[in-house]
Amino acid sequence: MIKVVKPGLETTVQDEGRIGYYNIGMPPAGAVDQFAYAVGNMLVGNEAGAASLEMTYMGPELQFQQDGVITLTGGYIPPKINGVEVPMWKAISVSSGDVLSFGIVKHGARSYLAVAGGISVPPLMGSRSTYTLCGIGGYDGRPLKAGDVLTIGRMRARAVKAGTKVPDKWIPSITKPHEIRIVMGLCSYRLTDESKALFLQTEWTVTPEANRVGYRLKGERLGFVPRDQPFGAGSNPSNVVDLGYPIGSIQIPDGVEPIALLNDAVTGGGYATIATIISPDLSRFAQVKTGEKVRFVSISYEEARQVRIDFKQRLTQINEHLEGAM
Amino acid sequence: MAEFSTRYSFGGDEFIFAELSEEMNLEVNFRGIAITRKLKEKAFPGILDICPSNASYLVRFNPEEIDAHELLAELKQLEREVANLDEIEIRSRLVDVPVLFQDPWTHEAVMRFRDRHQDPESTDLEYAAQINGFTSEEEFIQAMTDTPFIVSMIGFVPGLPFCFQIARQEEQIEVPKYVRPRTFTPERTFGFGGAFSVIYPVQGAGGYQMFGIAATPVFDREQRLPDFRDSMVFPRQGDIFRYRSVTREEYDAVRKRVEAGTFEYRKQEIAFTPYDVLRDPEKFSEMALGRLYSD
Repeated sequence: MIKVVKPGLETTVQDEGRIGYYNIGMPPAGAVDQFAYAVGNMLVGNEAGAASLEMTYMGPELQFQQDGVITLTGGYIPPKINGVEVPMWKAISVSSGDVLSFGIVKHGARSYLAVAGGISVPPLMGSRSTYTLCGIGGYDGRPLKAGDVLTIGRMRARAVKAGTKVPDKWIPSITKPHEIRIVMGLCSYRLTDESKALFLQTEWTVTPEANRVGYRLKGERLGFVPRDQPFGAGSNPSNVVDLGYPIGSIQIPDGVEPIALLNDAVTGGGYATIATIISPDLSRFAQVKTGEKVRFVSISYEEARQVRIDFKQRLTQINEHLEGAM
Repeated sequence: MAEFSTRYSFGGDEFIFAELSEEMNLEVNFRGIAITRKLKEKAFPGILDICPSNASYLVRFNPEEIDAHELLAELKQLEREVANLDEIEIRSRLVDVPVLFQDPWTHEAVMRFRDRHQDPESTDLEYAAQINGFTSEEEFIQAMTDTPFIVSMIGFVPGLPFCFQIARQEEQIEVPKYVRPRTFTPERTFGFGGAFSVIYPVQGAGGYQMFGIAATPVFDREQRLPDFRDSMVFPRQGDIFRYRSVTREEYDAVRKRVEAGTFEYRKQEIAFTPYDVLRDPEKFSEMALGRLYSD
């Protein structure tokens, strides 16, 4: 068991997500950095899909009440065990009574704590992910609070050797400004050509409105192609007849402050969407902090497909490497 | 209806978005229902989500299991196959939804966000009645409650029904959304935006005009009520909702039953073809209401 001494800013139980319920308005939730999450499970020898803790900006303080193996992946919020800093992307043994705490976030926005066996909470609709907006899944449908006690599950696939680590070449490096790849489309026909170009040229700044639902970005004002608004759409030129929003899609209400949706997305609405962040880059986008700058790079579907293949291959290679090391 | 050919687009590496029409109408909504239903029947491996919406639909797929271009070709083929809408039958439910208009809770929220509204001097209901050419709020409420709505899309948050009135376009109500979205909307708010009425399942942000509050939930996370035994979400696409204006007294009585876990919606099963509706919306609406309140 793991006792929550301090909860941190927003610490939630997350996994691969609740897939297949988008049509009832239920977003997948799940770890927003799926790369860091997946590698965490590999490092502690868990089955894919075991639940981890996602920690945002400010880490929690946790006390282990049993011996175990853990790892920390994702954004660099310096982890400490009993006050002594420990490395990330490495399997670590902990003993009953050990306290895990965190320093001030250095880079990235979110870290993941994977525990051998996984965090055990009741699965709901095929997932243990927390969806806080409706208060479902995870630990009581909410971020952790002081005094909560987490149970460790049994989703171990293999035994691991403490000290096993991910070689540096596979650890994502963070370059600034963040370059995030998108496929233009959806309702991008609504933007003028100048605005499409401006969207891609602009260095967008992440506003404080940045959470698991989505990130609001500040930069230039964009314009829409004039038209008589179609029946049912609403009067603003950025309005469309309410439609589905893909995860990663970018909408621009009133042409100001684009919003890019993440795993707790609103699943639909009445704003023109103009592009979609490719799924491998969602993991990188999730590590962008408020105040940092982002540029969107337009690629074709075929290029996106190739990036995806490379992303999956990298995960397979890491898994094979770690299996060999154990 | 103007000629329009469907716009297909990839949404990143996992989504295909198909926009059947830029404007909303009943026919295009039925077309979306027909295509997405056929797609579901085909049960292709690698399809993760099929999300029909008002005048478009979204498919999420796993490109390792199904090739995006092959899927796109299938969707185009399905669109050709459903050219004749009479071949589909929609089985859904007629549902009575009690709403308290001009209630104290949404009124408080209306007054709190006047600075984000088109017309800060009036209430949402006064403003909407006036721009739709009604002389009184009562008349406007009557127009929303005399004719039922079809649930044309579920989304935004779990269980939120987008409802489109079963009426000719010239009879339909249309209102703008708030100039800037609110940060607060009470749970169960009956809202209106574009040509759609909605019920907000949970408290949260929102941009639709607020006219009242439904006495009954559309989302029940604990699944306590009998109508939620199979799903925490009540509305389904194709359902026909009749919003019925109730007194404070009836509202309170229904709330008590909801809280006691005994409330069950008044509802009737119904089967119809798109043509039944499109041929004569007035007659269809009348028939639907007759059935709903027959016993």
